[in-house]
Amino acid sequence: MSSVLYDTPGPRAKRRNVVYTIAFVAVAALVGWWVLSALNDKHQLDANKWSPFVTDSNVWTTYLVPGLTETLKAAALAILIALPLGALLGIGRLSDHRWVRVPVGAVVEFFRAIPVLMLMMFAAALYREFTTISSDFRPLYAVVTGLVLYNASVIAEVVRAGVLSLPRGQGDAAVALGMRKGQTMLYVLLPQAVTVMLPALVSQLVVIVKDTALGGALLGFEDLLSQARQITANYGANTIATLVVIALIYIVLNGIITNLAGRLEQRLRRGRKSTAAAIPAQAAAPEAEVKSVSGA
Amino acid sequence: MFDFLDSGQYDLLGAFWVTAKLALYSAIGSLIWGTALVSMRVSPVPLMRSFGTAYVNLVRNTPLTVVLVGCLLGLNQTLGITLGGGRSEDIGFRLAVLGLVAYTGTFVCEALRSGINTVPAGQAEAARALGMSFTQVLTVVVLPQAFRAAVTPLANVLIALTKNTTVAAAIGAVDAAFLMKTMIENETDALFAVFAVFAFGFIVLTLPTGLILGWAAKRLAVKR
Repeated sequence: MSSVLYDTPGPRAKRRNVVYTIAFVAVAALVGWWVLSALNDKHQLDANKWSPFVTDSNVWTTYLVPGLTETLKAAALAILIALPLGALLGIGRLSDHRWVRVPVGAVVEFFRAIPVLMLMMFAAALYREFTTISSDFRPLYAVVTGLVLYNASVIAEVVRAGVLSLPRGQGDAAVALGMRKGQTMLYVLLPQAVTVMLPALVSQLVVIVKDTALGGALLGFEDLLSQARQITANYGANTIATLVVIALIYIVLNGIITNLAGRLEQRLRRGRKSTAAAIPAQAAAPEAEVKSVSGA
Repeated sequence: MFDFLDSGQYDLLGAFWVTAKLALYSAIGSLIWGTALVSMRVSPVPLMRSFGTAYVNLVRNTPLTVVLVGCLLGLNQTLGITLGGGRSEDIGFRLAVLGLVAYTGTFVCEALRSGINTVPAGQAEAARALGMSFTQVLTVVVLPQAFRAAVTPLANVLIALTKNTTVAAAIGAVDAAFLMKTMIENETDALFAVFAVFAFGFIVLTLPTGLILGWAAKRLAVKR
């Protein structure tokens, strides 16, 4: 593969690349050896610390799968509530009426500026003080509330960008046909905007899945991450093995979602059924359609 | 309603100072690490390219909480790494900076890569025609323009980083989120006031960043 940044390697460049490769491998091997030997000293690499994940199905049925279920439940609830709420906020921000546009804008900007963790902690305290939700469900409620408030405002911005990215003519044509404002939005603008913003919405799911782990670490939510404590307590302090397995589950899960978002984006680019360009999955990255330098 | 501010019981400014320091150190570190990662991702050495890609894809898909908890449980409690910190809150702070750099570096890398993509191919071709090596092309011609184009995405990364510092509370750094947790438990009759104070603190931290860097992005953008 060649790139605009460097010439196709000739004999000397090839030799140099081999030297760099060897140097890089040497450094990587040194770091890897240091880490592995440190782990070995603490007996973290012993087979009995890793084998439960392969041989003992209990680890999966008692801890990991229920934890993953909680994580997915929270993420699914959050996206299902945040989507309609975000759409409403996004449309509200585009309103012709100042008294709708300005307050909605303030709400969106406020919840985007506050860390999700703080929203979650605040929600947990509110549920504790003012509601009778049993303490078993409170963490789930708190996590979902925090995620909904934050992600609804992010989705609102995505919706707004999606609608604004449509050519002006779409709205004008709808008005010329005698459609009312609500009809224009519902039948003309939103359906087109949804296809445009689908990749950005799907990749927002990754953010939601990742943020559920906050509840596990700080709010007593029994998600995938919180299972680490249980597993290390029951299987002989296999901290490293447990964390690696849990991280891998997150990585695979998010990898699948990212992959889906990427494929959707490609399909939209190829299909060009919509009149506007797809909003890239990595939101807020202005990608100019120039011949790229990085070749990758 | 806001009497807890005067009680002298809580060190609000101190907690936000820790948050600001966390954000600053991590920002500097992740800018350096992100630049190194993006250089690897576009380099002529195939192995470095695959390492960069693999690292970014792995770490970006791991929750930050898992990264930080891994730093505490794995690096500190299992391997006994303290990074030279004495008290547990110092260790928490240093490990949090390490974890935040490792995590945020991937986003900096992606922001810079989108910046590199805005540099017209002719720039790099001209540089190569002058006989520049890859390192020269990257450091003298492409990266300076990429940084200027990437100010807006980098600003978004910085704002996200500032908010992400709250996760450090999970590993014992005494930052704003840690203090908020304590105060929520002690001041149950002033919940809304406590939340308002911390929300205000974060708006004060993130809003100017967005405004200043938004202005800088316009000033610095390469006119094409």
